[in-house]
Amino acid sequence: MDKPHNKLHDKLHKTWPPLLLMACLVGLWHYAVVTSESVIFPTPQQVLDGTMELARDGTLWQHIGASLKRVATGFMLAVLVAVPLGLWMGRVGAVYDTLNPLFQILRPISPIAWIPLAILWFGVGDVSPVFLIFLSAVFPIIVQTAHGVHTIEKRYLDAALNFGVSRRKMFRQVVVPAVLPDIVVGMRISLGVAWLVVVAAEMIVRSSGLGFMIIDARNAGNRYDLVIAAMVIIGVIGLLLDLLMRRLEGLNSVRWRYGR
Amino acid sequence: MDAKIVIDNIGKGFTKGGTTLPVIDGLSLKVKDGEFVAIVGPSGCGKSTLMKMISGFAMPDTGSVRIGGEKVGGPSPKGIVISQHGSVFPWLTVRENLMFGLNRGTPQQKRELADHYAEMVGLKGFENAYPRELSGGMLKRVEIARALVVKPEILYMDEPFSALDALMNLRIRNELLRILQEERHTVILITHDVEEALYLADRIVVLSQRPTTIQRTFQVLQPHPRKLSNPQLQQMKDEILAELGLDPAGSADGSADVVEQRQA
Repeated sequence: MDKPHNKLHDKLHKTWPPLLLMACLVGLWHYAVVTSESVIFPTPQQVLDGTMELARDGTLWQHIGASLKRVATGFMLAVLVAVPLGLWMGRVGAVYDTLNPLFQILRPISPIAWIPLAILWFGVGDVSPVFLIFLSAVFPIIVQTAHGVHTIEKRYLDAALNFGVSRRKMFRQVVVPAVLPDIVVGMRISLGVAWLVVVAAEMIVRSSGLGFMIIDARNAGNRYDLVIAAMVIIGVIGLLLDLLMRRLEGLNSVRWRYGR
Repeated sequence: MDAKIVIDNIGKGFTKGGTTLPVIDGLSLKVKDGEFVAIVGPSGCGKSTLMKMISGFAMPDTGSVRIGGEKVGGPSPKGIVISQHGSVFPWLTVRENLMFGLNRGTPQQKRELADHYAEMVGLKGFENAYPRELSGGMLKRVEIARALVVKPEILYMDEPFSALDALMNLRIRNELLRILQEERHTVILITHDVEEALYLADRIVVLSQRPTTIQRTFQVLQPHPRKLSNPQLQQMKDEILAELGLDPAGSADGSADVVEQRQA
């Protein structure tokens, strides 16, 4: 019966050191600002006040909402394109041989480098950031999905062949579930990258988003309290997104890969 | 005698660096309907290659394999392979695994059939479990049930129990015999375990070193359940081991002799 207690104890044991570290850093930050008498760099309290101010008048939620919406749109489009494409590349060797070299060249190009083209093609509206997020998210999922198909263990494919099942059943009950854990990994990687890119992408957008909030706060009177507030919020949301994707790895249809 | 499986003078080689290395060279074997044939041979003699050719996963270079008079051109649900590492789908539940090979019937019928076979192999109550929640022995039962549920004419077993611990190995052997009494299947078992072959098979075929042919055949006439301590089976075991080159003195005269040699 002391097991749950131990578990709780363990959890506490694991969570308090990082919390303590963060508290120390915030304290150090406060101390550094106060002793250096900086007029531009804000104290933690000022950052908190600035955040509360934006939260009260609603603009903070608008920015967060705008960023999340763009990431969700770009990411979903990437999943819709990348999963079928990755499966196709994985199953058909000729398709893989044709597309893979191209993707290997496109993949290392930072989405930031696409910004001039994005502006040229889509202007500075909502489409440009979505396009850049799509670009950043699509390749990791393609690569991971195709890799997943290639690494399906032959014994499972042989068994399906042995039972003489239809192509449809082979695909739905063997290939897709076998690759699902890899797809989830690809999605987790690409969502992380997409969230990184959204800030940069929004710096070219004129009205909303956390990236816009950073640039706007700096341009509109050096509000560094809001710059830092946006940074912290970006970090926390990124962490939450990752936790969300990790929960996907706990689904029964995915867990077989990790369960053993 | 109507032969279910006719292996007619098959040969296969592997090409490596321009030269072809013969693995199997002119092997012929006939298996009767409902017969249980065990194939034993030294490791690396091409047992698994032979099994692949019989089950249709590989084609012989020369000769042919016929099942029920028809030439084998590929794998088919008429003969299901059960192999050492198993191929129970880890992403499907036990019931879904058993239903996997059923291509006909309503979902309700498939489900009932699956549950019937789950019960037959002693997995009642585990229909909704995932393979990761099962032990090695239970997984093997799932695999056997999944093969049986499609009512195959032949079971191809390639060292099916060698990944199990010794005790589970013995238990599964008995389960298999019980199931085979209920549903008569033709079985080809590949094994390196001579006792397993003696316990289960109607006929034991000993393969030679590469290039592989049949070196000798043993008929096992003892009724089931067999006791491996039976002198005739002991004698046969010694002879098989001798054929495999493991017992330099050949067939032993006394059991004390055998013990000595085994310890040596």
